Amino acid sequence: MVDALNMALAYEMRVNKHVVVLGEDIGVNGGVFRVTDGLLKKFGRERVLDTPLSETLIVGMSIGMASQGLRPVAEIQFSGFVYPGFDQIVNHASRLRNRTRGVLTCPMVVRMPSGGGIHAPEHHSESVEAFFTHVPGLRVVIPSSPKRAYGLLLASIRDPDPVIFLEPTRLYRLGKEVVEDTGEALPLDRCFVLREGKDVTLVSWGASIHETLLATDALLKEGVSAEVIDVATLKYLDEATILQSVKKTGRLVVIHEAPEMSGFGAEIMARVLERGLYFLLSPPRRIAGFNCVMPLYRLEEHYIPSVERIVAEVRELLAAS
Amino acid sequence: MKKEVARFAITHTQFVDENGNMNEDFPQDVPSSDILTQWYKTMVLTRVFDGKAINLQRTGKMGTYASSEGQEAVGVGLASAMQEGDVLVPTYREHVAQMMRADSPESAMTKILLFWGGDERGNMREGIGKDDFPACVPIGTQTCHAVGVASAFKIRKEKRAVVCTVGDGGTSKGDFYESLNCAGAWQLPVVFVIVNNGFAISLSRDKQTNSLTLAQKGIAAGIHFCQQVDGNDVVAVYEAVRVALQRARAGQGPSVIEALTYRLSDHTTADDAKRYRSSEEVKVARKKDPLLRSRALLERLGHWDASLEEELQKQSHASVESAVKSYFDIIENHPQTASDMFVFLHEHIPESLVQQQGRALSEKKGGIGGH
Repeated sequence: MVDALNMALAYEMRVNKHVVVLGEDIGVNGGVFRVTDGLLKKFGRERVLDTPLSETLIVGMSIGMASQGLRPVAEIQFSGFVYPGFDQIVNHASRLRNRTRGVLTCPMVVRMPSGGGIHAPEHHSESVEAFFTHVPGLRVVIPSSPKRAYGLLLASIRDPDPVIFLEPTRLYRLGKEVVEDTGEALPLDRCFVLREGKDVTLVSWGASIHETLLATDALLKEGVSAEVIDVATLKYLDEATILQSVKKTGRLVVIHEAPEMSGFGAEIMARVLERGLYFLLSPPRRIAGFNCVMPLYRLEEHYIPSVERIVAEVRELLAAS
Repeated sequence: MKKEVARFAITHTQFVDENGNMNEDFPQDVPSSDILTQWYKTMVLTRVFDGKAINLQRTGKMGTYASSEGQEAVGVGLASAMQEGDVLVPTYREHVAQMMRADSPESAMTKILLFWGGDERGNMREGIGKDDFPACVPIGTQTCHAVGVASAFKIRKEKRAVVCTVGDGGTSKGDFYESLNCAGAWQLPVVFVIVNNGFAISLSRDKQTNSLTLAQKGIAAGIHFCQQVDGNDVVAVYEAVRVALQRARAGQGPSVIEALTYRLSDHTTADDAKRYRSSEEVKVARKKDPLLRSRALLERLGHWDASLEEELQKQSHASVESAVKSYFDIIENHPQTASDMFVFLHEHIPESLVQQQGRALSEKKGGIGGH
């Protein structure tokens, strides 16, 4: 996924001279995950900016740049460190268009690694999507494959409004997929149906898609046919695709790594209950991170919903209906 | 072995004292008496506007309002030093600078009234300097935006500069330090004007920081033009900002100008300053009122008298009344609809919001507690 993201950045910087990237260690060092590797050499210091170590400033400065017609793509080194910039995102980036009745706009992307699974230190494995989906004026995107990473990042940079772009850390180097550098963007308001099935709808996003697909394979061996939906664009949510699937399968399981409490799974479940309650053959279920602080890495396999946990809970659900 | 490795100094500049006397180093070439007169007129207009806005709030015709009474010289000085292509990144108390950069002061005043009057259309700012930022309500966050705008100018090699105002309270915030730091590191074309009005709501300047001046906060950021000026002396503010902008446009980097003034009014109409400062203190501050000083100077120069003053008061009230009339005309005869909170959220309104908008439009305004 790192290469696909790098390719998307390079593509858009090539075709649009207004695109600039900025953040900590993203220039000379190419980013701690190497997503911006080589961009400095290709596009120069004026468009690849190594900023001082200050997240508030990185986001706030991007707002100022965007208001001037640039297309800043800011990197926050780890999502656990986005909180100083949260004020700028919530109070300004998301509202600048509204605050000026469209005179000043804020076409910017804030990229950040998301989630655990790479044995990182404290604060380096957080799943923060729900903080952002709650904020009016933002879009929230999280890809789960190199191809989707490429197409969705292009779409996010081209979007006329601010986009929070979360990159699942443990998918950065996982799985090889050939991505063609076509410059074609993917839509920012559509779910991706990754597997078709008839017994249960598994809705997930980001890194959890990986475990969800493995669980689907395991369930299939037991004769359970699961449909898998990747909600790569959490906001705005493609509710129709999910409802359509639940109508077909009659069962809903939402899987995510972030804590269950007030997680985005609650939003999906609420929408299905409001608009598709009578499609359901059994109570819907969430399989999510526990409502604990993200543990230090020796416990993270107990915290992040595993293939085994997904299989077991789907089995329970099916047995009860 | 110890040796001195750095030494710094902050100067304070005043050209016109509180009695309207010109100091010896008063700049002879600028400004002309016409300009001085115009500045005075603008300050008076702003004072009349503030008074009217407070009355509108007190009589229930407008919401909470932040008065700029006492700090008019800072806004007039800095706005006069700016060129059209420069960008103003203001706090919520910079009414006069916004008025000066608008198509007309009346149109700016109407928009300011709409904003504090709770109408979504008060978010409008066409006319208030094309690229200028809107009044920033959170404290100090705008300093980061100013750095971004200045970076854009530098990236594009444009000969433009940014003026960013921040209060004394804002200089306690991380945003402010981060912005100064980056502006210094990258030598950006931005002028930070610290409007030191003595208070962060109730917390007086001496309790906010042990820093001797606020201007010196720029020195630690490697900003080479850091000065303190008498913020009630419009000439001193103008001259400092003019030089700072000249430096910025010439690629000589950022500046920090601390303008010492005093917030004569409450923090906002929701505040009662008597709780935290004495009437004696305010009485002393009133003697340094920038309007008294400008008028005294003009009188000394033979450009002002009682009849001109009477005429100015009349004109200013008429101008404010015309803005107030537009405000009432808009809110009473052309009321906003529930749509106004949806339409500028994104360039293209997403489907789920279209549905909510329909719902909002279909319902009459409901009752909620508190009002």
